[in-house]
Amino acid sequence: MTESVAYGLAIAALVAAAFAGWHTLTQRPFGNPLFYVIGVLEIALIALLVGGVAALSMTSRDVDGVLFVSYLVTVVVIPPAAVLWGIAEKSRWGTGVVVVAMLTVAVLCVRLLDIWKGPHV
Amino acid sequence: MSDTSHGFGRVLVAVYAVFALAASARSIVQLLTKASDAPFAYSLSAVAGVIYIVATVALARSWRQLALITISVELLGVLTTGLLSVLDDSLFPDQTVWSGFGEGYGFVPLVLPLVGLWWLRRTASGADGQS
Repeated sequence: MTESVAYGLAIAALVAAAFAGWHTLTQRPFGNPLFYVIGVLEIALIALLVGGVAALSMTSRDVDGVLFVSYLVTVVVIPPAAVLWGIAEKSRWGTGVVVVAMLTVAVLCVRLLDIWKGPHV
Repeated sequence: MSDTSHGFGRVLVAVYAVFALAASARSIVQLLTKASDAPFAYSLSAVAGVIYIVATVALARSWRQLALITISVELLGVLTTGLLSVLDDSLFPDQTVWSGFGEGYGFVPLVLPLVGLWWLRRTASGADGQS
Protein backbone atom coordinates (compact mmCIF):
# COMPACT_ATOMS: atom_id res chain seq x y z
CA MET A 1 0.00 0.00 0.00
CA THR A 2 1.85 3.04 -1.20
CA GLU A 3 0.85 6.60 -1.83
CA SER A 4 1.03 6.22 -5.59
CA VAL A 5 -1.31 3.20 -5.47
CA ALA A 6 -3.83 4.90 -3.18
CA TYR A 7 -3.81 8.25 -4.95
CA GLY A 8 -3.69 6.61 -8.37
CA LEU A 9 -6.82 4.63 -7.61
CA ALA A 10 -8.51 7.63 -6.00
CA ILE A 11 -7.83 9.68 -9.14
CA ALA A 12 -9.08 6.85 -11.35
CA ALA A 13 -12.28 6.75 -9.29
CA LEU A 14 -12.63 10.53 -9.62
CA VAL A 15 -12.25 10.24 -13.39
CA ALA A 16 -14.96 7.57 -13.40
CA ALA A 17 -17.12 9.87 -11.23
CA ALA A 18 -16.63 12.73 -13.70
CA PHE A 19 -17.47 10.47 -16.62
CA ALA A 20 -20.62 9.24 -14.88
CA GLY A 21 -21.48 12.83 -13.91
CA TRP A 22 -21.25 13.83 -17.54
CA HIS A 23 -23.78 11.11 -18.31
CA THR A 24 -26.05 12.45 -15.58
CA LEU A 25 -25.85 16.06 -16.76
CA THR A 26 -26.37 15.28 -20.42
CA GLN A 27 -29.05 12.69 -19.61
CA ARG A 28 -27.20 9.94 -21.41
CA PRO A 29 -28.23 6.40 -20.57
CA PHE A 30 -25.83 4.05 -18.88
CA GLY A 31 -23.75 2.78 -21.82
CA ASN A 32 -20.89 0.45 -22.59
CA PRO A 33 -18.02 2.97 -22.29
CA LEU A 34 -19.05 3.81 -18.72
CA PHE A 35 -19.45 0.14 -17.98
CA TYR A 36 -15.90 -0.56 -19.21
CA VAL A 37 -14.43 2.30 -17.20
CA ILE A 38 -16.06 0.96 -14.04
CA GLY A 39 -15.01 -2.57 -15.03
CA VAL A 40 -11.35 -1.58 -15.32
CA LEU A 41 -11.52 0.25 -12.00
CA GLU A 42 -13.17 -2.78 -10.39
CA ILE A 43 -10.37 -5.07 -11.60
CA ALA A 44 -7.83 -2.65 -10.14
CA LEU A 45 -9.75 -2.61 -6.85
CA ILE A 46 -9.82 -6.41 -6.72
CA ALA A 47 -6.05 -6.36 -7.31
CA LEU A 48 -5.83 -3.87 -4.45
CA LEU A 49 -7.75 -6.24 -2.19
CA VAL A 50 -5.44 -9.14 -3.04
CA GLY A 51 -2.30 -7.02 -2.87
CA GLY A 52 -3.46 -5.30 0.30
CA VAL A 53 -4.12 -8.55 2.13
CA ALA A 54 -0.75 -9.90 0.98
CA ALA A 55 1.03 -6.73 2.09
CA LEU A 56 -0.78 -6.83 5.42
CA SER A 57 0.42 -10.36 6.08
CA MET A 58 4.03 -9.37 5.43
CA THR A 59 4.30 -5.95 6.96
CA SER A 60 5.70 -5.22 10.37
CA ARG A 61 3.73 -1.98 10.55
CA ASP A 62 1.17 -1.37 13.24
CA VAL A 63 -1.84 -1.60 10.94
CA ASP A 64 -5.36 -2.12 12.20
CA GLY A 65 -5.89 -5.28 10.15
CA VAL A 66 -9.64 -5.73 10.62
CA LEU A 67 -10.32 -2.13 9.66
CA PHE A 68 -7.94 -2.29 6.72
CA VAL A 69 -9.43 -5.45 5.22
CA SER A 70 -13.01 -4.24 5.78
CA TYR A 71 -12.20 -1.09 3.80
CA LEU A 72 -10.59 -3.19 1.05
CA VAL A 73 -13.68 -5.38 0.81
CA THR A 74 -16.01 -2.36 0.86
CA VAL A 75 -14.30 -0.65 -2.11
CA VAL A 76 -14.60 -3.89 -4.10
CA VAL A 77 -18.31 -4.28 -3.31
CA ILE A 78 -19.39 -0.68 -4.01
CA PRO A 79 -18.95 -0.46 -7.84
CA PRO A 80 -20.98 -3.57 -8.79
CA ALA A 81 -23.66 -2.61 -6.27
CA ALA A 82 -23.88 0.89 -7.75
CA VAL A 83 -24.05 -0.43 -11.31
CA LEU A 84 -26.81 -2.91 -10.51
CA TRP A 85 -28.80 -0.33 -8.63
CA GLY A 86 -28.08 2.44 -11.12
CA ILE A 87 -29.19 0.42 -14.13
CA ALA A 88 -32.51 -0.26 -12.43
CA GLU A 89 -33.23 3.48 -12.44
CA LYS A 90 -34.29 4.57 -15.90
CA SER A 91 -34.08 8.34 -15.43
CA ARG A 92 -30.85 10.35 -15.64
CA TRP A 93 -30.26 9.76 -11.96
CA GLY A 94 -29.26 6.15 -12.55
CA THR A 95 -25.78 7.33 -13.45
CA GLY A 96 -26.00 9.78 -10.51
CA VAL A 97 -25.85 6.76 -8.24
CA VAL A 98 -22.60 5.79 -9.97
CA VAL A 99 -21.21 9.28 -9.30
CA VAL A 100 -21.90 8.87 -5.58
CA ALA A 101 -20.33 5.41 -5.61
CA MET A 102 -17.17 6.52 -7.40
CA LEU A 103 -16.70 9.49 -5.08
CA THR A 104 -17.10 7.11 -2.15
CA VAL A 105 -14.47 4.77 -3.61
CA ALA A 106 -12.07 7.72 -4.01
CA VAL A 107 -12.54 8.77 -0.38
CA LEU A 108 -12.13 5.19 0.85
CA CYS A 109 -8.87 4.79 -1.11
CA VAL A 110 -7.41 7.83 0.63
CA ARG A 111 -8.69 6.57 4.00
CA LEU A 112 -7.06 3.20 3.28
CA LEU A 113 -3.73 4.96 3.00
CA ASP A 114 -4.29 6.60 6.40
CA ILE A 115 -5.09 3.25 7.96
CA TRP A 116 -2.04 1.70 6.35
CA LYS A 117 0.23 4.47 7.56
CA GLY A 118 -0.54 3.98 11.20
CA PRO A 119 -2.96 3.96 14.09
CA HIS A 120 -5.92 5.86 12.77
CA VAL A 121 -7.30 8.89 14.48
CA MET B 1 -47.77 11.58 -3.55
CA SER B 2 -44.99 10.07 -5.53
CA ASP B 3 -42.30 7.63 -4.74
CA THR B 4 -39.33 8.86 -2.73
CA SER B 5 -36.99 6.25 -4.17
CA HIS B 6 -37.05 7.16 -7.85
CA GLY B 7 -35.48 9.85 -9.97
CA PHE B 8 -33.22 12.00 -7.83
CA GLY B 9 -34.42 9.96 -4.85
CA ARG B 10 -32.25 7.11 -6.05
CA VAL B 11 -29.13 9.23 -5.60
CA LEU B 12 -30.36 10.40 -2.21
CA VAL B 13 -30.92 6.84 -1.05
CA ALA B 14 -27.43 5.95 -2.31
CA VAL B 15 -25.84 8.73 -0.27
CA TYR B 16 -27.87 7.72 2.79
CA ALA B 17 -26.77 4.13 2.32
CA VAL B 18 -23.12 5.21 2.27
CA PHE B 19 -23.57 7.13 5.50
CA ALA B 20 -25.53 4.32 7.09
CA LEU B 21 -22.63 2.01 6.39
CA ALA B 22 -19.93 4.52 7.32
CA ALA B 23 -21.46 5.57 10.64
CA SER B 24 -22.61 2.18 11.84
CA ALA B 25 -19.52 0.24 10.75
CA ARG B 26 -17.27 2.85 12.30
CA SER B 27 -19.13 2.83 15.59
CA ILE B 28 -19.12 -0.97 15.74
CA VAL B 29 -15.34 -1.02 15.29
CA GLN B 30 -14.91 1.79 17.84
CA LEU B 31 -17.21 0.23 20.43
CA LEU B 32 -15.62 -3.21 20.04
CA THR B 33 -12.01 -2.10 20.13
CA LYS B 34 -11.86 0.97 22.36
CA ALA B 35 -15.23 1.70 23.89
CA SER B 36 -13.72 3.19 27.02
CA ASP B 37 -11.73 5.86 25.16
CA ALA B 38 -14.70 8.00 24.28
CA PRO B 39 -17.93 6.21 25.23
CA PHE B 40 -20.13 9.23 24.59
CA ALA B 41 -18.75 9.90 21.12
CA TYR B 42 -18.89 6.27 20.11
CA SER B 43 -22.42 5.74 21.38
CA LEU B 44 -23.47 8.81 19.47
CA SER B 45 -21.86 7.36 16.34
CA ALA B 46 -23.89 4.20 16.88
CA VAL B 47 -27.12 6.19 17.28
CA ALA B 48 -26.29 8.17 14.14
CA GLY B 49 -25.66 4.92 12.31
CA VAL B 50 -29.06 3.55 13.28
CA ILE B 51 -30.76 6.79 12.24
CA TYR B 52 -29.07 6.68 8.84
CA ILE B 53 -30.05 3.05 8.37
CA VAL B 54 -33.71 3.73 9.19
CA ALA B 55 -33.75 6.85 6.99
CA THR B 56 -32.22 4.88 4.10
CA VAL B 57 -34.86 2.16 4.33
CA ALA B 58 -37.68 4.67 4.81
CA LEU B 59 -36.65 6.64 1.72
CA ALA B 60 -36.11 3.50 -0.35
CA ARG B 61 -39.55 2.18 0.64
CA SER B 62 -41.35 5.54 0.46
CA TRP B 63 -42.34 5.39 4.10
CA ARG B 64 -42.77 9.14 4.27
CA GLN B 65 -43.66 9.56 7.90
CA LEU B 66 -40.76 7.49 9.12
CA ALA B 67 -38.43 9.26 6.69
CA LEU B 68 -39.63 12.64 7.95
CA ILE B 69 -39.07 11.68 11.59
CA THR B 70 -35.63 10.17 11.09
CA ILE B 71 -34.38 12.96 8.85
CA SER B 72 -35.63 15.58 11.33
CA VAL B 73 -33.86 13.78 14.16
CA GLU B 74 -30.78 13.61 11.97
CA LEU B 75 -30.85 17.36 11.35
CA LEU B 76 -31.35 18.02 15.05
CA GLY B 77 -28.53 15.60 15.85
CA VAL B 78 -26.00 17.13 13.52
CA LEU B 79 -26.85 20.67 14.67
CA THR B 80 -26.74 19.82 18.38
CA THR B 81 -23.62 17.70 18.11
CA GLY B 82 -21.93 20.24 15.90
CA LEU B 83 -22.63 23.01 18.35
CA LEU B 84 -21.60 20.98 21.40
CA SER B 85 -18.37 19.86 19.76
CA VAL B 86 -17.47 23.43 18.96
CA LEU B 87 -18.34 24.68 22.45
CA ASP B 88 -16.77 21.85 24.43
CA ASP B 89 -14.00 19.85 22.81
CA SER B 90 -13.61 17.48 25.73
CA LEU B 91 -17.03 15.93 25.07
CA PHE B 92 -15.72 14.50 21.84
CA PRO B 93 -12.16 13.26 22.23
CA ASP B 94 -12.65 11.24 19.08
CA GLN B 95 -14.49 12.14 15.90
CA THR B 96 -18.09 11.21 15.19
CA VAL B 97 -19.96 11.72 11.95
CA TRP B 98 -21.69 14.71 13.43
CA SER B 99 -18.96 16.52 15.34
CA GLY B 100 -17.96 19.88 13.92
CA PHE B 101 -21.17 19.78 11.86
CA GLY B 102 -19.78 16.81 9.95
CA GLU B 103 -16.51 18.47 8.94
CA GLY B 104 -14.73 15.11 8.88
CA TYR B 105 -17.09 14.10 6.12
CA GLY B 106 -16.95 17.23 4.01
CA PHE B 107 -20.01 18.71 5.77
CA VAL B 108 -22.18 16.25 3.88
CA PRO B 109 -23.91 15.23 7.17
CA LEU B 110 -25.07 18.84 7.55
CA VAL B 111 -26.37 19.21 3.99
CA LEU B 112 -27.88 15.74 3.67
CA PRO B 113 -30.88 16.18 6.02
CA LEU B 114 -31.74 19.51 4.37
CA VAL B 115 -31.71 17.85 0.96
CA GLY B 116 -33.72 14.97 2.41
CA LEU B 117 -36.42 17.29 3.80
CA TRP B 118 -36.53 19.21 0.53
CA TRP B 119 -36.97 15.95 -1.36
CA LEU B 120 -39.79 14.79 0.90
CA ARG B 121 -41.59 18.09 0.36
CA ARG B 122 -41.06 18.02 -3.33
CA THR B 123 -42.30 14.49 -3.84
CA ALA B 124 -45.28 15.15 -1.56
CA SER B 125 -46.66 17.84 -3.85
CA GLY B 126 -47.16 15.31 -6.61
CA ALA B 127 -44.24 16.44 -8.75
CA ASP B 128 -42.74 13.23 -9.93
CA GLY B 129 -39.11 14.33 -9.81
CA GLN B 130 -38.24 11.93 -12.58
CA SER B 131 -36.17 14.29 -14.64
